[in-house]
Amino acid sequence: MQWETVIGLEVHVQLATQSKIFSASSTQFGAEPNTQACALDLAMPGTLPVLNQQAVNYAIMLGLAINADINPLSVFERKNYFYPDLPKGYQTSQLEEPIVGPGVVNIQLPDGSHKAIRIHHAHLEEDAGKSLHEDFHGMSGIDLNRAGTPLIEIVSEPDMRSKEEAVAFAKKLHAIVTCLGISDGDMSQGSMRFDVNVSIRPKGEQTLGTRTETKNLNSFRFMEEAIVLEVERQIDLVEDGLKVKQETRLYDSDKKQSRSMRSKEEANDYRYFPCPDLLPVAIAQDHIESIRQSLPELPDAKQQRFIDSYGLSEADAAQLCDDRATADYFEIVAKETDDARLAANWIMGELSAKLNRESIAISHSPITASQLAKLLLRIKDNTISGKIAKQVFESMWQEGSDPDDIIEKQGLKQLSDSGAIETMVDEVLAQNPDMVDEYLAEQVEKKKKKKFNAIVGRVMQASKGKANPGQVNQILQQKLSR
Amino acid sequence: MAIDREEIEKIATLARIKLDEQQIPQVTQSISDILALVDQMQSVDTDGVTAMANPLDATQRLRPDEVTERDERDAFQGIAPNAESGLYLVPKVIE
Repeated sequence: MQWETVIGLEVHVQLATQSKIFSASSTQFGAEPNTQACALDLAMPGTLPVLNQQAVNYAIMLGLAINADINPLSVFERKNYFYPDLPKGYQTSQLEEPIVGPGVVNIQLPDGSHKAIRIHHAHLEEDAGKSLHEDFHGMSGIDLNRAGTPLIEIVSEPDMRSKEEAVAFAKKLHAIVTCLGISDGDMSQGSMRFDVNVSIRPKGEQTLGTRTETKNLNSFRFMEEAIVLEVERQIDLVEDGLKVKQETRLYDSDKKQSRSMRSKEEANDYRYFPCPDLLPVAIAQDHIESIRQSLPELPDAKQQRFIDSYGLSEADAAQLCDDRATADYFEIVAKETDDARLAANWIMGELSAKLNRESIAISHSPITASQLAKLLLRIKDNTISGKIAKQVFESMWQEGSDPDDIIEKQGLKQLSDSGAIETMVDEVLAQNPDMVDEYLAEQVEKKKKKKFNAIVGRVMQASKGKANPGQVNQILQQKLSR
Repeated sequence: MAIDREEIEKIATLARIKLDEQQIPQVTQSISDILALVDQMQSVDTDGVTAMANPLDATQRLRPDEVTERDERDAFQGIAPNAESGLYLVPKVIE
């Protein structure tokens, strides 16, 4: 049987506020355990939450970016469950009246096609603390620094039909929140986490199958792996005549396995009710309008501008607009070199390969945009060849120094003195008469070209890569056609 | 509306409340009485009335996004049952 996959996502995005959603503790990542957990975060009796204005503004920005209505009166509720990293015994969240209503996110798929993914709603809530289960003589250690960090949870409709669509959607949301500046989007620090709802149904069937939810995936890749695994598991079950059970699952990215966490009917009864400690949140229309006026450029508009004003292809523009930091980096390099194509090629090629390999975010790149621009300018003014530029790039990465200094110190300047190149060409031809003979005897155009290139290679070698390849070509052409 | 024993046990589990065997009939009765009151209230016609999230005719005040809390970990951990390396220690819970 042909199966169709149906996917819905719940995306938790940490908002980039200075302080927590209901307390004035810092949200900064990486502090000593529990040094950013005040009496309210610890759920001490007598404390009362006060809502952070900036968290509300960020939620409004997100709502406007996905064409959603902003609820003029939203309500916080208590979601009750027991876990040690949630000292209050409930998570303050929203259910009946979330701050952001239905919206839509347009995604672009690898094959270039577009699809609109509907957003059911987005709501504000607080993050929980962290449990550490190792090394405490059979006890768990609790760090509440993260407790109370503002989150916006974006809930999609089950509109995705493949892992590619799910990943494209997740990446688009990442681009939107980083463009808006409402989250740093740093996945390695948990700033964006995904819960994936997956079900299958026979192709053509209209009703949805029973879904499972795989929780807390913190990278695009893990999300993709978890979907593949879950779809296979469900198909196996159904084809063996068994039923998919509605449950929450955990994905272990080391073992590439998932396991059932709890069955829904038992634990999912959260007994929500409106939080008596918080009043309804009123948002005035003129406040929404003033935020709308100050919205930064969104990924779709940015992508279009990159196509229109830099002459980039749709695919290149889309890739560069994947996140704000990359787009900003590109714009600096493109402006300083006045060569958008070259800038795009280097950023998507050399730079991103290196960043990926070393798992560094572009915002922390050891080579700044201006330094890369300077390097590219040296290619453009023929100081160095593209090949040598890669060598300089490597040194810049290691040493963090200026490209001109490296070119100078390592003597990498391109040789453009035609007299000197001619001498080199003559030497190579004299040393390799057999290559010359073979080249001259060759009749097949393609093979002839290959043999010519081999001689060019020898000359480049003799010059240690420094000869201007264009000039070598030209001089060699002249010599051999005599 | 009456509530049965099974449901009482489930709610007790969710709320992490331990009920003795002899308490169950009494609790079941109390909650049934409360539900009867709710039933009575539900007979009131509320068509066209918006559900109220809060009885006060007021809306939430917001605070500026500023960090004003100091680190008081030592004071808090001084009164905690168990703490080590800056962490609060609790019985191990793994789902």
